[in-house]
Amino acid sequence: MHELTAILVSMVLSATPLLLAASGELVTEKSGVLNLGVEGMMVVGAVVGFGVAFGTDSAIAGFAVAAIAGALMAALFAVLTLIFLANQVATGLALTIFGLGLSALMGKAYIGKTLPPVPHLHIPGISDIPLVGPLIFGENAMVYVSVAFVIAIAWYLSRTRSGLVLRSIGENHDAAHALGYPVRRIRFLAVLFGGAMSGLGGAYLSIVYTPLWTEGMTAGRGWIALALVVFSTWKPWRLLFGAYLFGFFSIAQLHAQGFAVPIAPEFLSMLPYLATILVLVIISRDAKRIRLNAPAALGKAFRATA
Amino acid sequence: MPRLRLEPRAQTSRLATYLSPVLAVVLTLIGAAVLFAILGRDPIRAYQAFFIDPISTFYGAGELGVKSAPLILCAIGLAIGFRANVWNIGAEGQFVLGGICGSYVALFYEPTLGPATLPVMFIAGALGGLAWAAIPALLKTQFNANEILTSLMLTYVAQLLLNYLVRGPWRNPQGYNFPQSKIFDGYAVIEPWISGTRIGLGTFLALIAAAGGWFLLSRSFLGYQIKVIGLTPAAAAYAGFSAKRVTWFCLLLSGGLAGIAGINEVAGPIGQLLPVISPGYGFTAIIVAFLGRLHPVGIVLAGLLIALSYLGGEAAQISLDLPVAVVGVFQGMLLFFLLACELLVRYRVQIGQAIAESAA
Repeated sequence: MHELTAILVSMVLSATPLLLAASGELVTEKSGVLNLGVEGMMVVGAVVGFGVAFGTDSAIAGFAVAAIAGALMAALFAVLTLIFLANQVATGLALTIFGLGLSALMGKAYIGKTLPPVPHLHIPGISDIPLVGPLIFGENAMVYVSVAFVIAIAWYLSRTRSGLVLRSIGENHDAAHALGYPVRRIRFLAVLFGGAMSGLGGAYLSIVYTPLWTEGMTAGRGWIALALVVFSTWKPWRLLFGAYLFGFFSIAQLHAQGFAVPIAPEFLSMLPYLATILVLVIISRDAKRIRLNAPAALGKAFRATA
Repeated sequence: MPRLRLEPRAQTSRLATYLSPVLAVVLTLIGAAVLFAILGRDPIRAYQAFFIDPISTFYGAGELGVKSAPLILCAIGLAIGFRANVWNIGAEGQFVLGGICGSYVALFYEPTLGPATLPVMFIAGALGGLAWAAIPALLKTQFNANEILTSLMLTYVAQLLLNYLVRGPWRNPQGYNFPQSKIFDGYAVIEPWISGTRIGLGTFLALIAAAGGWFLLSRSFLGYQIKVIGLTPAAAAYAGFSAKRVTWFCLLLSGGLAGIAGINEVAGPIGQLLPVISPGYGFTAIIVAFLGRLHPVGIVLAGLLIALSYLGGEAAQISLDLPVAVVGVFQGMLLFFLLACELLVRYRVQIGQAIAESAA
């Protein structure tokens, strides 16, 4: 029982950065823009968040500035793809390469430094209930924030007028434009939001999860977040499920290493990546389902003709 | 307020096609000067340390050929895929697998194979990279899984596999527990062709690949199919071109070339298997492919330029105490400017109202 609690709690911990980044990217993609630069925005968020939290002794300040940094990176992407009409796939790759270099440059001073642990929620009595207590009432604040974001995004996309407009732009930008909606402005904002969320996800890694800075510490999580959006078939609720499933995979391998399972640790470390591929294959196999659920204008450049 | 208007060109501008990469390089150099200034270095001195000092000797100039070889090999394959909208971004993993498979031959069969060792190593390396790229190809064509994500995930898997091998079964027993294989010897080593430099087989293979890539794209029916599929998939389907076949071809070709680059790196410049055998060649090759405008001749030039940035980064690390990460920032910046300048090729930028429109 104790072991199970430990696994589930750490599953939630490792799923949270994926959930933050993926829910931001989901909004971006719903507006019809494919930003493959999640990894680059996350890693910049990680280094900036760590630097600010280290300098100010405030994790909150670290998260806030990391979100701004992620949004600035996303702004670069938005200018190139929405104004200069550059290829979205290539620009996203460029953003990742740039982000990895920039973060390594900025992070030089922070290597080897650590941050104090971030406090967990503790309600006397309730948080001590076996399993449910630590799992639901004993997490750090960002876990609740990430779940709140998913709920808010689900509500925004399906229940608000503005969310409907955003989705319509993602489905058919020419029709939305003809109806008078500001396609470029809304897409710009959606990309910025995605960047800010990626920044938060990165900062979570460096401020809460590890908590230290190492070069390239995102280790592919930005790409896994992108795969999660496909996995969710662009539905926020399924993102929640997908992120925790992945959290489970990455934690299961750590625990297996702890149990001295007779498999080399390198092979166990492959699990999250292999699981990503497997899940992608299972979801994508049904081409029709992907076609029906993916925003129809995803990745297509928009140029106002009139 | 004057507004910028974009008007699509009926035909892409030839002048802009050639000038846009040059403009991007110039803009990057300006950006680099700003970055040097921010880091507190004299830009002129930094330029010299970065771009002139490394190639001022005969050996240094030769290094340009050595460093550009893996970049060109990977970029040629990637560019052909990008032309067909096949986005293999896992060249880094295919490079690593090529290194692993070739090393297997070098470590265990050198005494038996004798003079045939090196050719067999290269075949094994090519097959290793090819097999690694066959996975995303299969998943894409059979299960519709996005090749960007699968090929990238496999890069992490390949890196972990390499780590396992050099720390476990292939570790040199006489290596004081360092995670590295024994140093290749005898027939498993690539000797330099030009004395005083390290230029050898790899540089030659890169040029062959570029020539082959040019022939494929400009002179063959398959190349024509690749271009049509990339530009107008609907027309390609109508003409009966098989998108699946082209996907397979592009992934296998780029994987094989990356695998060759991998074994060439291990058997040549490095000389043994280490936990890290590439400073990101597979990813940087994406930049090389775009900087070369997905054209083999352009890729050779772009490969030389990016190789210079690697050499400059190493030199500046010593002479200017600049972190090596600066190179990644430059490369990212270059790709951004390049993508932005691409606009000039496809559109005519006009300020204010278009004259044609007001006349009509």
